[in-house]
Amino acid sequence: MTTRRLFLKRSGLAFVGLGAAPGLLVRAAAAADGARRRHTLVVVLQRGAADALNIVVPHGERGYYDARRTIAIGEPRRSGGESVLDLDGHFGLHPALEPLVPLWKDGRLAVVHAVGSPDPTRSHFDAQDFLESGTPGRKATEDGWLNRHLQAEGAAASPLRAVALAPTLPRSLHGKAPAVAMTSIREFGLRATAGPAAARGFEDMYAAAVRDTLHATGEEAFEAMEALRAVDRSRLQAGAGAGRARGSLGEGLTQVAELLKADLGVEVAFVETSGWDHHAAEGGATGQLANRLRDFGSSLAAFYRDLGPRGDDVVVVTLTEFGRTVRENGNRGTDHGHGSVALVLGGGVRGGRVHGRWPGLGPSELYEGRDLAVTTDFRDLLGELLTRHMGASDLRAVFPAHACDPQRFPGVMRA
Amino acid sequence: MRRLGLALALLVVPGGLWGGARPAPDDATIVHVLNRLTWGPRASDLEAVRGMGLERWLDRQLHPERIDDSAVEKRLATLETHGLSSGELLKGYELPRAAKREIQKRRAELDESASEMDRRRARRELVSKYGPQMQGSPRQVIGELQEAKLLRATLSERQLDDVLVDFWLNHFNVYAQKGPVRFLVADHERAIREHAWGRFEDLLVATAKSPAMLFYLDNWLSVDPAAAARIKERAQRFGPRLTRRGDATPEEMREALSRRSGLNENYARELLELHTLGVEGGYTQKDVTEVARAFTGWTIRGLRQDAPVFTFDPRLHDTGDKLVLGRTVEAAGESEGREILKHLAASPATARFISWKLARRLVADEPPSALVDRAAATFERTGGEIREVVRTIVTAPEFLAPEVRQAKLKTPLEFVVSAVRASGASVVRARELSKRVADMGMRLYLQQPPTGYKDTADAWVSTSGLVARLNFALDLSAGRIPGIELPASAFAAASGEALADAVAARLLPSGLSPATRATLEAEAKAELTPARVAGLVLGSPEFQRR
Repeated sequence: MTTRRLFLKRSGLAFVGLGAAPGLLVRAAAAADGARRRHTLVVVLQRGAADALNIVVPHGERGYYDARRTIAIGEPRRSGGESVLDLDGHFGLHPALEPLVPLWKDGRLAVVHAVGSPDPTRSHFDAQDFLESGTPGRKATEDGWLNRHLQAEGAAASPLRAVALAPTLPRSLHGKAPAVAMTSIREFGLRATAGPAAARGFEDMYAAAVRDTLHATGEEAFEAMEALRAVDRSRLQAGAGAGRARGSLGEGLTQVAELLKADLGVEVAFVETSGWDHHAAEGGATGQLANRLRDFGSSLAAFYRDLGPRGDDVVVVTLTEFGRTVRENGNRGTDHGHGSVALVLGGGVRGGRVHGRWPGLGPSELYEGRDLAVTTDFRDLLGELLTRHMGASDLRAVFPAHACDPQRFPGVMRA
Repeated sequence: MRRLGLALALLVVPGGLWGGARPAPDDATIVHVLNRLTWGPRASDLEAVRGMGLERWLDRQLHPERIDDSAVEKRLATLETHGLSSGELLKGYELPRAAKREIQKRRAELDESASEMDRRRARRELVSKYGPQMQGSPRQVIGELQEAKLLRATLSERQLDDVLVDFWLNHFNVYAQKGPVRFLVADHERAIREHAWGRFEDLLVATAKSPAMLFYLDNWLSVDPAAAARIKERAQRFGPRLTRRGDATPEEMREALSRRSGLNENYARELLELHTLGVEGGYTQKDVTEVARAFTGWTIRGLRQDAPVFTFDPRLHDTGDKLVLGRTVEAAGESEGREILKHLAASPATARFISWKLARRLVADEPPSALVDRAAATFERTGGEIREVVRTIVTAPEFLAPEVRQAKLKTPLEFVVSAVRASGASVVRARELSKRVADMGMRLYLQQPPTGYKDTADAWVSTSGLVARLNFALDLSAGRIPGIELPASAFAAASGEALADAVAARLLPSGLSPATRATLEAEAKAELTPARVAGLVLGSPEFQRR
């Protein structure tokens, strides 16, 4: 595989370590690629199993209120500001997600309810692993579904084609295709005091270590460092996420927006958020979950504000490993459940509606008598996004052992 | 060549290198053992082990109580909060109740749109207002826990003990930022240290009763639904007896308490999945629920009075029989939980899961199954004697096999500590080290999921982590890490090619690959300073492995 960096090296255009600025080269390359409109998929993973039923609330179900005596969100209009924000007469958003309402009204936010995995596990670890590998029930899978998508769609056009805003590379992006993890665009680089010789030394060592798993990582790191020099980092300070907590969802999404606006060839981006495992004192319209959701909703809304017209080419999907029990537990919280909810935002989305077949909350309708059933396999949702938004032609490699039949797509994208 | 020699030795010596009469192990073997059973070799370690003999060294490490460790204890004693009990920490470092009430008030005043930053700022103002009444801040408690961990790893002579305690602390992970857990972690860690080398069942019981664990996995709140009505009535009469601290507001605490109306299966599930049987250990959702019923009443007393201890409260307990893993556990109060822990500790699934996990830490990401089998057999034969299981693993031929050498990628903690140990630097303050470990993706004591940190290469191979490692290597060797002092002679002597070899021999006794060595030679010719060459060695692919 010839990466751009190797190409530049061989063609005698190599820039040394921290020496000459390669920005022009990268920009020129990006401009050439940018002739066709580049579509981007942003995956937001809520680690910890977010409580679907208090995020997109089935307020039209009596069973919801019966099962959640203390943590249910009040029916629309009945309890003023503390009530569900109605979407379609049956479902509504948690009031802390108020920043997302304009996107819903614009038709740029869709909901897929009762989405999840066919695997019955209620283990965070296994369920996240299956969600990210894209192979429920199969632990031996080595790479992640996003990486397999990149592999299937051909060689990397940009060293920043796949980016995770995280201190470690998420499982979804593990695999043969290059993928970069960074916590901060600004800080992603070698210490300037080290000088070019040290940078060159590291680069050469990792380039030569061809048998080491770190070889590819080293190469990807140095290529990404070069590419990032094309970003006007001063703009980052003023982004919508400025002032947001370090490592937060908002900070991550702000940086993704900057990368997208700089047109550096990002095709997939990954951001994660934790703290969704509310076994106790989850709260209702206010409280712990509400606080998480306030940050979640405002970060997503700010992301689209920040992107402006570029947002038409960007789809965000939010995922979590499973849902939580329909019934609240003994501590005003919820335990590990099954079916969950995904939000899909962006251009081309058939927004303003709740997709997926709603299985109901009646006793006979629940999974194992306690949890929301799964009616949309998460692979059908992701398969639809890859096909209809990213232009993927073949999903067999991305989701092996799953027949991705467009008939089963939830229909969240305009065909 | 060395590898060939070793392979031959394995062939000709019955029982492998560690049993019976045999030639002295070569240096590569000693370095490998040091790489696995310590936080990384110091410059003087190789010679020390040569002198004492590898077996004697290993035997000492397997009996840490025989090793004098007063030097590190003296260093730890300089940390204000070190050695304090949970109660003392709560008394001196938790916000006073008046401060909490004011926080509550301020929070209510803050507009809904106030950012996390605004909230934090308000919190800081209050800390400065109430600070004088306190011995230190809640933040200091976590900061010093992290520092203590780095000091011990770097300086302790009981290296294998510290590696093993780290393993168990990760196995029985708690998250210091949940409620008052930061004040309870030190006692949790002490309990683990006490039982780290003993019987697994004792360790399991100690963690089951650890207030940190009871809080972290919510078992302190789990009650029999029938008992709940009584509690609620009492709570209304007397107000909540216990107080949650930290992230949750007093309203949420009160809510949680007055609403202790039933089961919480958080601990029960992780007990089966993560602490004992493993996720494939053959339990069902029904088992999880039954175990949760048996552990109702296992709770914390005295949290509000700054004296938190485990207690069994029979009033909260589900008094019916339980059916766990096909066995009936007859109603018997606290001893039901004890019986379940005993049964779990004795399960072959547990023996295998624990042995596999230990072998993964000490040998390879995918440890040889024959080795895991033998370790599990030791576990079962000895009734879960951890020392014997560890001994089985580290004296196995597989432990020394060529294919497992340098096979483990260092975690951020392992990388940072091993670099400091190799450099011979003295640690004046460890705070910056813990920040650097966090930059690499490992926030000590702050791993939220109960699975703990991952221990396999795939979790730690990333561009972000690598760049942070390279920068640490450069900063450490340039003497730019605050609190870390390099000896004047750190990388002195030699020049040119000899320089690269001299520095590498000192820092990386397991050796450089020819490719890395060639790069270093080339760069050394480019008139890099010894410190810069040292930075390259510490950032090399080889130094990321152990």
